[in-house]
This record gives sequence, structure tokens and C-alpha cells, in this order.
Amino acid sequence: MSTNEWSVTFEVFRQKKGQPAHYDEFVMKVDPDEYVLDVIERIWAYTDRSLTFRHACHHSTCGACGMRINGTEKLTCITPIREVTRDGGKVRVEPLRNFPILSDLVVDMGEFYLRLDEAKFPQVATLKEACLPFERKQQVREDGNFERLVDCLECGMCISACPVALTSPEYLGPAVLAAAQHALHQFNDKSLFDYVDNQDGVWRCHSAYECTAVCPSNVDPGWRIMDLRKNLLRHQISKIFSR
Amino acid sequence: MVNNNQQSKPRAVIIGGGFTGCALALDLQMRGFAVELFERGELSAGTSGRTHGLLHSGGRYCVEDVEAGQECIQENRILRKIAKQCIEFNGGLFIALTDSDVAYGDQFAKGAVECGIDIDELPPAQAIKLEPNINPALLRAFRVPDGAFDPLRLALAFAATAKRYGAVFHPYCDVTELLRRKDGQVIGIRCLNRHEDHFYTYEADVVINATGAWAGRITALANVDVPVRPTPGVMVAYDQRLVQCVINRLCIPDDGDILVPQRRMVLIGTTSFDHEDVDYIPVYQDQIQLMHKRAAELVPAVKNAHMRGAWMSARPLIASGGDARSLTRTFKCYDHAEQGAPGLFTITGGKATTCRLMAEKAADLVCQSLKINQPCQTRDLILDPYRQYFASVRSAS
Repeated sequence: MSTNEWSVTFEVFRQKKGQPAHYDEFVMKVDPDEYVLDVIERIWAYTDRSLTFRHACHHSTCGACGMRINGTEKLTCITPIREVTRDGGKVRVEPLRNFPILSDLVVDMGEFYLRLDEAKFPQVATLKEACLPFERKQQVREDGNFERLVDCLECGMCISACPVALTSPEYLGPAVLAAAQHALHQFNDKSLFDYVDNQDGVWRCHSAYECTAVCPSNVDPGWRIMDLRKNLLRHQISKIFSR
Repeated sequence: MVNNNQQSKPRAVIIGGGFTGCALALDLQMRGFAVELFERGELSAGTSGRTHGLLHSGGRYCVEDVEAGQECIQENRILRKIAKQCIEFNGGLFIALTDSDVAYGDQFAKGAVECGIDIDELPPAQAIKLEPNINPALLRAFRVPDGAFDPLRLALAFAATAKRYGAVFHPYCDVTELLRRKDGQVIGIRCLNRHEDHFYTYEADVVINATGAWAGRITALANVDVPVRPTPGVMVAYDQRLVQCVINRLCIPDDGDILVPQRRMVLIGTTSFDHEDVDYIPVYQDQIQLMHKRAAELVPAVKNAHMRGAWMSARPLIASGGDARSLTRTFKCYDHAEQGAPGLFTITGGKATTCRLMAEKAADLVCQSLKINQPCQTRDLILDPYRQYFASVRSAS
């Protein structure tokens, strides 16, 4: 541990099934360079065993630990304390919005995951397919058929940040539309156009780009939704002329 | 939801929703048990989630621990087939940087053949062509069939498949008590549902403790012990995918000898020390610094990358000694009947790569104890899409 120690008050959202919500305060001694998730885990380990939260990999590959930190979506396993507060400051920890709360900081990702499956989204792709088309593809080389896990961690943070997802649980939401864009690009499966071409699909987005702002992993859902619209229009126009 | 088909089956309670517990739920359910799995947090929230993510070829163990090496390559081939959905399979390299590494290479090549691992010795120039960012001073290189996987998704894939066969999962349920009969027989569990803040009891014919580094906590509830020694290690993630293959140091297993690519990152690991309380293990700065140094030896460009995360994971190592039934040197399965707690079993030790095999051996032992003659069926079963773990949320609503 570094010698630098801060005192920080964690205000944590609490709610058990069927009970009213409230916030609990925990004053914590922290190293400003440790991660928000480490402190939440310590609250559970030493102070309050009833606290529930989602986490698994602790290094930004599984997407389980997305939470709202001082009102902004953060992947807590890679968010250092000094990025969100100061010595003597506060850290407000809340569950993601726009998902049903199971308890405390744990939300139900089920419907979201099932929609990603419907969007035929693969988790593994070739290096080229895993990158955005406009970025410098430093990882792509001519030799070797290398593959990797794609960028989307399925953390749901873009859904939480999306102002439109707040208005309708039926809206597919940024990650799912981005997944459909990715799958269309990779497999050219035209049936995906039908999946997104409706009022709860690609047309509901108001291009606020909050999704892209909070994405911890280069997915750029905002761009992908616009690209999906463009390709959907192109597909529809070409259908008119091929009749 | 009552599954009528479940009623006449032998009931198995599994404690622990890591890789082993999830794979065991699938194995036992397919052998005719009615399985209920309890995990105090999210699936794979313990050691499993925090794994390095290395799908071992067995090369790391082929000199010092041939049995482990053989298990790894066998399970590596199986997982590549059944869990392809969450594995990056780009192979790996073992590279020598010193004269002693070069000398170790001969033992390595011999051990790999003994374990049945397909290796290829590459001239250093060719290894650099394959991986331009590795240390250009390398003296010797071998190509091995390593890979990388996503930890949460591997656990969910086993769990999704187990659920389709009828297994029931109870995440966020903390087992607080083992129910006993007067004669000592373990006949179920009591648990706290942490979402509801409410206690429940479940009866069972067998209770299997698959809590890994926490195994001693569960066996203590029945006043028996298992020789598990939690051995944490630190890992560090960097924000650039500097290599495509896993890069191993060609040497006796040591701190920071494996660099694994995953998504847009590379991950270096790991260290090894004793720590009693596994609920929270601090990430020590000096170990992070050691990882920076070791990673830069393998891939110098790490120095220009940013650290994305640093974390700790507690391996469940088996301490030697004890009169428990031993299956292999790398993981062990215990029937606690001899210690006065019939009906209670523990499976612990092992590695992520061998989780399916651990489940198979544990299920064998449970079946043998109940005199059930059902073979393992998980070797060739392609796992369901991991997201189908959540299929029940729609049928429930």
C-alpha cells in the first residue's frame, strides 16, 4: 500500500426485496490509487455483510461491476478512487438505472442478455472484425488468423446512461443495437434488419451519445446505431429497386 | 417453479458457483440428480472470476508436474470444443531470455512430449515475426496450444446448460448451516437469501462443497476439515493488446511468468503467498511493481502501456498430508463419511482449465458413494450459449 491515505465517505444505495430504499454511509480509509470496487468489497468484508453487489473478474473483461458512481456509470474495478473524489470527499454508489433492482447494487441483467442473444452477437471475432472500422487497427496483422473477445463487455452501463432507455423498458437500447450492428457486419444476416427496424429499435435513439460517453471499452454504441440506420435505409432502398 | 421430474431423483446440493460448482451442476444433473446450487454472490465472484484467464496447454506444468500437464492438455482440447463461445484461441509461446532458460528448454521439450502437448520449436527470428513485441533478445522459443477465456462467461455457459437440464441456481444465497441427522448424516443446508434478507432450508441426499479457497469454512460447519491452503496471487492488466499469443517465460514456474492477451488488454501474473482471510486480500504495491518488471522482460512495450487494473485471486492449493482420498496431485475430492459427516463431499484445488474434469471426478465419487452407476456425459457436450443462463427470467414473467 502507498503511504497516501484518504478518508472518504461512501454513500451506498440499499434496498432488500419488498423493503423501502435508503442510503447507508460508510467512512472508509482508502488509498486514492485503489479501485472503487476494492473499497466496496472491503465494506462488505469488514463492516456490512448484508451488502450485495455484482463483480467477478476485477479487470474489465466480464462487465459485472458497472455501477453509478456520483451519478455517472463506471466500471468500478478499473475506476481509481482519485478519479471520482478527493480526500474528505464523498462517493455515492448506486445500482445501474433502467434495470430491475434485485437488491442493493445488484440489478437483473437477464432480459438484456437475452436481447443480446437475439441480436446474434458473438463474443469472439477475428481481430479485424473486433475493431471499429475507422480506428487505426494496430492489432490487426496480415499474418495469422488471430481472434479475440470483442470489445463489448455486456456491462449494461450504456443502457443505464441512455435518456431514452429511461422512457421505455421495451427499447432495445444502445448495447443491443450496437450488438446487432456488429453481428450484421460480421455475418451479413439480413434478418437482423427486421429485429431493429421498429419503434423500440434503431429509430427510437435520440442520438444523445451518452452511451458512447460511458462505454468503458471502445464499443462506441452511438456510432454503431447511426451506422445501423444508414445500412438499414440502404437495405430498404435497394429492396425497392430490386422488386 | 416445481419440476415434477426432479422429485424422484436423488437430491444434490452444491455449495459454490465458481467453475467447478457450475460444471458439477451440469455433470450431476445429467447423471440423474436433481441439483440445487447455492452461491453467496454472483456466479464466479470468488477465485474463478479473478483468474488470469489462461487456457493452459499444460506446458507450464510439463516438467515439474506431469500429471497436471496431462490433465491440462486433455481439458484444453475439450474446452476448445465445448466452450468455444468464450475462448480466444491463438496459441502461446514459451520464450527463453537467459542461458538457464535455454537449458530448461530441453527438459521442457521432453516433458511436453511426455504429457502429449503438441509443441513446435521456432527459431527466435520466426517467433519475433509471429509476435513482433516480444523481447528481441530471446534465445529460444516454443509454440504451444494455449488460449485465453472470459471467466464469467465460462461459468455461465456451464450453468446455462445445467439449467436447461433442470438444475436450479440460487445466486446471492449464503450457506450458513449444514443440517445434520442424529447419526451425523448431512441432510441439507440452511441459507440466507441475501436479496430478500430471509433464511431458507433445503434438504438433500448429498451436499457437495465446491467453494475452493473457502472450502474450510463449509467443512467447519460439520466439524471436519480439509487441507486447503489459500494462496493468493496478484495480476496486472495493461490497456494495449501487445501480443496475440500467450507469452510464457521458458523457466521453472515463477512470479510473473505468464502474459495473457484478452480483449484489448494483456494481463501479467502472478505472485504467490499465504493469506488466511480470503474474503478480502489487499493488492500490494510491491507486487504490482514486480509484475511491471516481469511483464516488461517478456514484452518491453509494456513500459509504454498504461495499467488498466490490478487485482488479487486466491488459489485453493491442497496442503500435503491428511488421510483423505486423493484423486490426483492437482485437485482432490473428499468423502467426509470417514470423518463422521456422511453425505458431505468436498472438491477443491485444481485450475480453471481442469474445472470440467474436477466436476467429473467429484461426480464419480458421489455416484460411487450412492451406488449410482451413471457415466459422465460432459466431455462431448457443446455448452449452451452463456446468455441462456437467463432464459428463465422470461418464462418466470
